[in-house]
Parts: sequence; C-alpha cells; structure tokens
Amino acid sequence: MMTQGLNAFVIGMLLFLVASGLTLIFGVLKVVNFTHGSLYMMGAYLAYYIYGITDSYVLAVIIASAGIAVFGVFLERIFFRRLYQSNFLMQLLMCYGWILVLDDLVQLMFGAEFQSMGMPSFFATAPLMIAGAPIPLFYIFLIGISFLVALAVWMLIVKTSFGSKVRAAATNTSMTGALGINTSLLYAGVFALGAGLAGLAGALAAPVRSLVPGMGFSILIESFIVTVIGGMGSIGGALVAAILIGVCRSFGSVGFPMFTEIGVFALMAVVLVLRPDGLFGKGAQR
Amino acid sequence: MNNRLLSSTSLWVIVAFIIVAGLPSVIASQMVLDLIIHIAIFGLFAISVNLLIGYTGLISFGHAMFYASGAYAFGLLMQTGMWSIPAAMAMAVLSSALLALIVGLICTKTKEIYFTFLTLAIQMMFYSTILSWQTLTGGDQGLTGGFKKPIFLGIDLANTHHVYYFIAGVVIVSLGLLWHITKSPFGYALRMVRDNAARVEFLGMNVRGYRVAAFVIAAAFASVAGVLMSLYVSAAYPNFGYWTMSGEAIFMIMLGGVNTFLGPLVGATMLTLLNHYVTAHTKYYGLVLGTIILLYVLLLRKGLLDIVVERFIAFRLGRTKPAQLVKFDNPVESRLP
Repeated sequence: MMTQGLNAFVIGMLLFLVASGLTLIFGVLKVVNFTHGSLYMMGAYLAYYIYGITDSYVLAVIIASAGIAVFGVFLERIFFRRLYQSNFLMQLLMCYGWILVLDDLVQLMFGAEFQSMGMPSFFATAPLMIAGAPIPLFYIFLIGISFLVALAVWMLIVKTSFGSKVRAAATNTSMTGALGINTSLLYAGVFALGAGLAGLAGALAAPVRSLVPGMGFSILIESFIVTVIGGMGSIGGALVAAILIGVCRSFGSVGFPMFTEIGVFALMAVVLVLRPDGLFGKGAQR
Repeated sequence: MNNRLLSSTSLWVIVAFIIVAGLPSVIASQMVLDLIIHIAIFGLFAISVNLLIGYTGLISFGHAMFYASGAYAFGLLMQTGMWSIPAAMAMAVLSSALLALIVGLICTKTKEIYFTFLTLAIQMMFYSTILSWQTLTGGDQGLTGGFKKPIFLGIDLANTHHVYYFIAGVVIVSLGLLWHITKSPFGYALRMVRDNAARVEFLGMNVRGYRVAAFVIAAAFASVAGVLMSLYVSAAYPNFGYWTMSGEAIFMIMLGGVNTFLGPLVGATMLTLLNHYVTAHTKYYGLVLGTIILLYVLLLRKGLLDIVVERFIAFRLGRTKPAQLVKFDNPVESRLP
C-alpha cells in the first residue's frame, strides 16, 4: 500500500514537471507544443551521455536542463515564432515533423536498443524501510526535488515581475506589447523555462526508466491528459491532475494490469465530458 | 439539379474506372500495381480524414483508429471462415461506424484543441487495447495467419489482377460517394459549420448533429480503406491504429491541398512514392520525412493541388495575383479556445 502510494507520487511528480512546462507554454504562447515529449526524451539522453562522461549525476541534471532550455529557445526563435499567426493545424504538423526528426536523431546517435543509465552511486544504497515498506532513497530525492521545482515555478509566476508579465501576456498579448514589455523576449523566456522543465524531468527520470527513441511520445500523451484534466494553462490544475494520474496508474497496475492505460484515458474522457475546460480551466476565456 | 449532380458524379466515376482499368495494360510491372493499390487505399483514407479537417473544420488526430477497426473487424470475421467477403466488408464498416458514433458523441462535446486531444487519446486507448488483448488480436504481432478468400460474383481475390481491379473499384466508388456527399446540401452545411458555427446555430440547424454525422461518415470511409488494406495484406497490424498513421494522413492532406477534393489523393501519391524510395535507401525514414515536413511548414504551407487550382482560377480570370480560395490560414485567435 505504502509502496503503491509512493509510486503514485513519483509518477505524478515527474508527470507534473513535464506537464507544467507544457501548460506554461500553452497558457502564454497559445501554442500546443507537441514536441514537448521529445524534449523530455532529449533531456534523458543528454543526462545519460553527460553522466557517462563525467560520472557526476548533479552535473548531468544541470547540463541536461540547461541544454534543453537552450534548444527550446532555438525552436521558438526559428520555428514556432513564424507560426503564431498561423492556424493550429500548421503548428501540429511542424511538431509532428520535429518528433520524427528528433526520434531518428537519437536513434542515430544512441541506437534503437533500450539504454539504461543505472542508479547514481550516491543513491545506490539499501532502500529505507518506511512503515514496513522498502522505499529507494532516489524516490524520496525525486519527490523532494519535484516539490521544490513546483514551488519555485509557482513563486516565479505569482511573486516576481517576470511572472506578472507572463500572466499579463497570457491574458492579452497585444496589450502587454503596447505597454512596452518586450513580448518576443518574454516568449523566448517562457519557452526556455518550459523546455528546461521537460529536460529536467527527463534527466530525473533517466536513472529509473529505460531510455529508448520514441519514449517521449507516451509521456507527451500523458502530460496532455494531465493538462487537459487540470485545465489548459493552469499550473495548479496540472499538479492535481498529475497526482490523480499517478494514483490511477500506480494502483491500476496492481488492480487491473491489462487496463491501466484505459483507466487513465477513461479518467480524461469522463472529466472532459463533464467539464469540457478541465477541472481548473477558465470557461470564460472562450 | 440533384439529378445533374448525380450524373456528373457517375460520369467522373466511369472516367476514373476507364483510366484505372487501362493502367495495367500500359505498365505491366507488379511493383507499380502494388504502389497504385497503396496510393488508392491511403488516398481514400486521407480524403475521408479531409471530410473532417478540410470540410467540417474538425481537426481529428485519431482517425487511424477507424482505419484499424475496419482492418481488424474484417480480418477477424474472415478468420472465422464463415463469412463471405462482401458480408464481412459490410459488417466491418457498420461496426466501425457504430464505434465512431459512440466516439463522435463523446468527442464533439469538446472543441478545437480539446477535440484534437480527445480523438488522439481515444485512438491511443484503442491502440493499447489492441496490444494488450492478445488472445483476440495477436498483440504486437498483429492479426497474422492469413485467411481464405472465397470467390464471390466471379471475383477471385487470390488472383493478383482481380485484387487490383477489386480494390481500385471499391476505392473509386467510395470516392464517388464522398464527392457526391461534399457537393450535396449536407456537404455545404458542413462547410458552413466550419466557417461559422454560430450562424448555423442561429439558422436553427443542429451544429453538433452535423459534426457527429461528418465524424461517422468519415470514419466509415476510413474503415473501408482499412478493410481493403487488410484484404490486400491478408492481415492487420497494430500500427494501423498508431498515432503516426493519423499524422501521415494529415500530412498527406496538407501536402496535396486541403481545399480540393482530390488534394489528399495527390498528397498520398507523393508520400507513398517518397516512402517507397526512402525506405529502399535508409532506415531513417522519419528523419527524411520530418525534414521535408519542416521545410514544407517553413516555405510552402500550401498543398500542391491547391496551388495548381489557384493558378488556374487566376489564369481564367485573367488576373496576375493568384485567387484566394477558402482562407485556411486563419489568425490564431479565431481557432483557439
């Protein structure tokens, strides 16, 4: 029971890191970033690569997040920027192109086989016993750091001037621009932050998940489900929904192993039919 | 007027029949016939998706689900050995349409991006069901093992020539039906739902009803494409229902032209030929296709047939500037929630 509950938290927190980046980008830029899962995958592979060279997990996590953030700025400046005025189908198509390219590039560099990073030596200790259940130390680290990041993102959005500009741009971009705020810099910043969060999640997941080209797509679908259940653009909603999905997956895999996936999708279908804007979505926006 | 439309549709169908029937006598290569069959099936699939995307303005990213449901239903029925081919085809299409009715009723509760996600998510649910229900579907191996193809109406589908004529014939008749639907008052109502749903509502018409109807019709024709593919390869594979199948259909539509009826067929031809030549040379098909998609999005953004038709109209009108067809590149505000 304890193990399942903790598992739910680990799945949920990693999902939240990915989904918060996705929902942040959607909230401000109004683009649905389908490449987000690929950014997660690249974060995982970059961390794997850096860890292989330097043998330092801390360095691997930092470089992976920063590297993916920089790549996010490249994507936004060269590609997404041209499509803000275009329709959603064109954005969808461009992201589809990027997913194909990135999956094959990763396959070209690391091979099509499953890769495993292995547990960093610091965490390779015997699992702690909490309430009679063995809990790996790394899980506690994961949950802790995810909470810290969630808190930091929330503080950034709610308390800082960058955050208030972001919120202003999310509400009315042209008015924000008219007030003399550099919206294109803001957009690049938001995209960097979102991409960095995806990269961070990838780097954090690398020791506990096996790496394979195409791993980004399943997390993409799940983080979509999270943002859709939570309400697109709502960070708080993403947190609630991510934990909900974590619970659904973790307990579902014990109760109904064959229908775990279906449980998650069914959850989304029910929420969408009952509340088309998600649990915390703003219906007034449309 | 309706009679004239009907006769012009049948005229086009007859012309298409003559062209397709004549092709094997001009080109004898089996490989070319294979390619034509693939193009015909993917073209039908892409055109059925375009009934949703181009005509109704519903961007479905989960349409491959019905392609797969048609293929699996047909394959499963044929494997029992108790069904004749036409009966199994009809049953497969009917059951896919019924599935589409349920999915459509759920999905049309939502709009725009939410609609796209929901179709995508339900498709992935369907895909993972295919993978996990191994006793029925064979899991990731697919529905292999083949099936007997009993002769009906003098058509023997064990004969490669009969297969070619049968598949091409079914595709042409289906395209004729779809063409007729898009030119009928119902088809114009769909365009009106796309362009201004609020006005349709004010006119006292049921927007959601039209959306669901378009969803079911598009799904039924997608399942016909799936049935034909299943018939052709004597199997069904889970990747028929994978999201990349829907993605490729969308790219076919964009590549060939979203504003013209046959645009997706042109796109299907381009993509099938590309697929054929690229996979012969490299296993990194995604890298090549992805790069082409990126170039298309950055430089072109218009389908080939759309460009040709625009130029043609401009030429007819004697203008120097190309005429604008339906504006599909709308500002983002009008499309997003």
